[in-house]
Amino acid sequence: MSAPVPLLVARCRALPGSAAGKHSLELGRVGESAARVDGIPKTTGEFAYSSDLAAAGMLWGHTVRSRHAHARIRGIEISEAVGMPGVHAVLTHDDVPGEKRYGLEFPDQPVLAIDRVRYFGEAVALVAAEHPEQARRAAAKITVDYEPLEPVVDPERATEQEPLHPDRPTAGHGYLDDPRPNVIRSMVVRHGDPDALGDVSVEGVYEVGIQDQAFLGPESGLAVPDGEGGIDIYVATQWLHVDRDQVAPCLALEPEQVRIHLAGVGGAFGGREDLSMQIHGAMLALHTGRPVKIVYGREESFTGHVHRHPARIWAEHRAALDGRLVAVRMRILLDGGAYASSSTAVVANACAFACGPYRVDNALIESTCVYSNNPPCGAMRGFGAVQTCFAHEAQMDKLAAVLDIDPVELRLLNALEPGDVLPTGQTLTGSFPVAEVIRRAAALDPPEPEELPRDPLRLPGGSGNTTHGQGVRRGIGFAAGFKNICYSEGFDDSCAARVRLFAGGAGELQAEVHCAGAEVGQGVTNVILQVARTELGIESVVLAPASTADVGSAGSASASRMTWMAAGAVQLACRAALEERERTGVDVDVERVYRHPRTWPLDPETGQITGGPAHVSFACAAMKVVAEVDVELGLTRLVWIGTAQDVGKAVNPQAVYGQIEGGTAQGIGLALMEEIQTRGGLITNASFTDYLIPTTLDVPPIVAELVEDPEPDGPYGLKGVGEPPTVVSTAAVLSALRAATGRELARVPVRPDEIVGL
Amino acid sequence: MDVLTPRSLDEALRLKTEHPDAVPIAGGTDLMVALNFDRERPGVILNLGEVPELRGWSRDDGLLRIGAGLTYAEAMAEPLRSLLPALAEASRTVGSPQIRNRGTLGGNLGTASPAGDSLPPLLVEDAEVEVASLGGSRRIALHEFLVGPKQNALAPEELIVAVLVRPSGAPQTFMKVGPRNAMVIAVCSLAVAVDRERGELRAAFGSAGPVPLLVIAPLAEADGFPALVASAASPIDDVRGTAAYRRHALRVLAVRGLERCLAA
Repeated sequence: MSAPVPLLVARCRALPGSAAGKHSLELGRVGESAARVDGIPKTTGEFAYSSDLAAAGMLWGHTVRSRHAHARIRGIEISEAVGMPGVHAVLTHDDVPGEKRYGLEFPDQPVLAIDRVRYFGEAVALVAAEHPEQARRAAAKITVDYEPLEPVVDPERATEQEPLHPDRPTAGHGYLDDPRPNVIRSMVVRHGDPDALGDVSVEGVYEVGIQDQAFLGPESGLAVPDGEGGIDIYVATQWLHVDRDQVAPCLALEPEQVRIHLAGVGGAFGGREDLSMQIHGAMLALHTGRPVKIVYGREESFTGHVHRHPARIWAEHRAALDGRLVAVRMRILLDGGAYASSSTAVVANACAFACGPYRVDNALIESTCVYSNNPPCGAMRGFGAVQTCFAHEAQMDKLAAVLDIDPVELRLLNALEPGDVLPTGQTLTGSFPVAEVIRRAAALDPPEPEELPRDPLRLPGGSGNTTHGQGVRRGIGFAAGFKNICYSEGFDDSCAARVRLFAGGAGELQAEVHCAGAEVGQGVTNVILQVARTELGIESVVLAPASTADVGSAGSASASRMTWMAAGAVQLACRAALEERERTGVDVDVERVYRHPRTWPLDPETGQITGGPAHVSFACAAMKVVAEVDVELGLTRLVWIGTAQDVGKAVNPQAVYGQIEGGTAQGIGLALMEEIQTRGGLITNASFTDYLIPTTLDVPPIVAELVEDPEPDGPYGLKGVGEPPTVVSTAAVLSALRAATGRELARVPVRPDEIVGL
Repeated sequence: MDVLTPRSLDEALRLKTEHPDAVPIAGGTDLMVALNFDRERPGVILNLGEVPELRGWSRDDGLLRIGAGLTYAEAMAEPLRSLLPALAEASRTVGSPQIRNRGTLGGNLGTASPAGDSLPPLLVEDAEVEVASLGGSRRIALHEFLVGPKQNALAPEELIVAVLVRPSGAPQTFMKVGPRNAMVIAVCSLAVAVDRERGELRAAFGSAGPVPLLVIAPLAEADGFPALVASAASPIDDVRGTAAYRRHALRVLAVRGLERCLAA
């Protein structure tokens, strides 16, 4: 294996993923708040993101994308583009050296469209040129002869329309065999007697729009040929080794010939689990023999990654007069878009968390995800649990109203606790303090309403100056939710870490840690260093760049698992290194692989556990939201949020608070404004002018309580923390809006029209 | 793409005559977005940032002459703020502090978007636009200057030099509706003034028709004025909002605007 080609990395002081990023700041140990190692460079603008990479002799790649949601390709004419100034390569599907398709779960997505495009923005051809403008101009000269086809855009109808993937790439994977066209996965969870009747019943139909991860750093990276037929790819990603395992077959290379190196990540939130420029950049680089950089524009980025699945959910909750839940029945329809991505796991999550963190003896949950010609959907923070939490919490509020029981009391009455059985048949073990987070969040006191007159910035409509108090109603909402931590359903999940112990110049012990865990902004770099310092009892620890070149897979920075898995692996490797050094007395270099407790698949017919638990662990959160709503204009100002979250053990409390604030902001976005809009499958708002994300005026002060009830299976008792705030916040905001307006508000993001009743 | 940077108004006008297709740039808050999104690739850009005659503002016998290069941040500062309060309020609704430091009134007029935030308050104040070419200058009433969505009355060799306005002193306000509490393009907006001297209720809306439009009624007809404003609009459904909501919101804004101005 050859060493990676050295890079000219501009303005870099602390770039995870580059040699310049070796960290040795004073960072504290497990349980102490430690300043982010990349905090200052990111704040001052000195941090090098993947879009800042450069190499000598570098070319710029550009991707030609479909302007149709569904069309047959009759031909691609590239001859004019090939002759354009500065152009070194123009490639199409014919030039893909190996496998023509890839995918996280099924290889159903063409590297470059072959005979059909299935979504707006699908990659069709590639150009490499000396200058990005030359690449764009050449791309504009590529003529794709399309025959537009009727797009499948209504998920309700998709199961009756022509199959978009006639060869059914999803068949035979051990899921429920669903012969309907365009089904990616359907799943049923049948528990107890789903027909059991309660004294009361509430129903609702809920809808969730398409949310985007809206990371600020667009997809970008640099592919560098190694001169021996292999390739080094420097890219912002979430899972280096699975990138490699998807890239190598498409390039017809051995996995060792493809080395993925983590470049500076400008946000991920699930949107970087799927490949973006990796294969494309590598194809261009191998073809030209020169480094090739690709940076997506903002509009392109909206088509360059998967989104959160939009959902339609029908729910019925039956309860006894005393408030006990008797049965929950729910149907969940998810639109997966053109390619499967991680949709099958989203289906399972939507089912598994459909009832919320409540004891339900009888349930019938059905969840289906379909293919369509809408934008492809996959992983996004909360992963199926966000959509169902919005529905089950609206249902719990309805039930509380019908039964005339305080909404918090109703939730406490039904709160799950260890020993209870989930609708999948899994018995809860370990830590799961649902009642505690509900009590702690409920006990937080919101501030008194502010006096009028006020600065309009402190009223709904904010800087728009739309009210001086007219039409403003205050509402307080509450929600609770939960989600799994780590991968599930029998996935063989692991994380490797390598620790080198050696004597420094003055004879003092020093350590270097290798781990391919992706720093996506969540702070795993700090976690790794804190664990190593704690285990080794020394200060001088450096973290090597994350790469597939010199350490095994860390798994994905997903499913709130990275802190758990990296801490487990680093702990294991540190202990082994100390032991070996003690035994041998020389410098040591050991690698260890950590695995969390095993899980088992769910029964494809009943959705019940088989052989053992389907999930490793769960984390819950509860949130209280105070909103002021201008009910005449339909505008909202969130005043205050109080939340309590089950974190097991906070490794870096400051970072945990940061995750809670950021995750809550993302849930606020889904509640109030974030939606990818489409017409006939075409995205109509692919910009930050029209895809709005919350500003500082839209995110109120957040008071967070950390509930530390150690998870027996988690390293140091920790649980992941990234997703629960996003799961509950959308539901909690909507609860507050309903309290303020008296309206049902069954769709997110809420439109002003719905608040004013148009 | 060439960038021409004149150092005086005369030089700017000469360059505009030589390059009638040159696209003027002041703060760049519209044009740079278009360039970044690859929507425009002008052959020549005329950079007006170094033309001193376009900067600042002056007052002559009650008539304000506001240079086209006046930024939103400058429009928010005293004493201009007291002279044209609705324009200051509108300027506060524009983008972020960075955008308000860069964006100019001249740029807002040049772009002539139905959503241009400075346009409704200037309409309410009967502003005129001073445009110039090598052949001389002319004044165009703002409502005649705005001829369609992103279309204005400027001839190819002309540049926007100033905005002329005689402050009415009437109580006035500006309101803008957006689904986010800052940094939004208007879903719809409304400037309102109650001009007792003229005996008029005056309102101008944005983002509710092809151009921002001025609506006038006698002082005594306050009760019917919100409905009049709403019916004067011709909004559409788009990614930012529905026509029905825009009409509804204009009515609410007109009620509130009148309430504010009548109380003042």
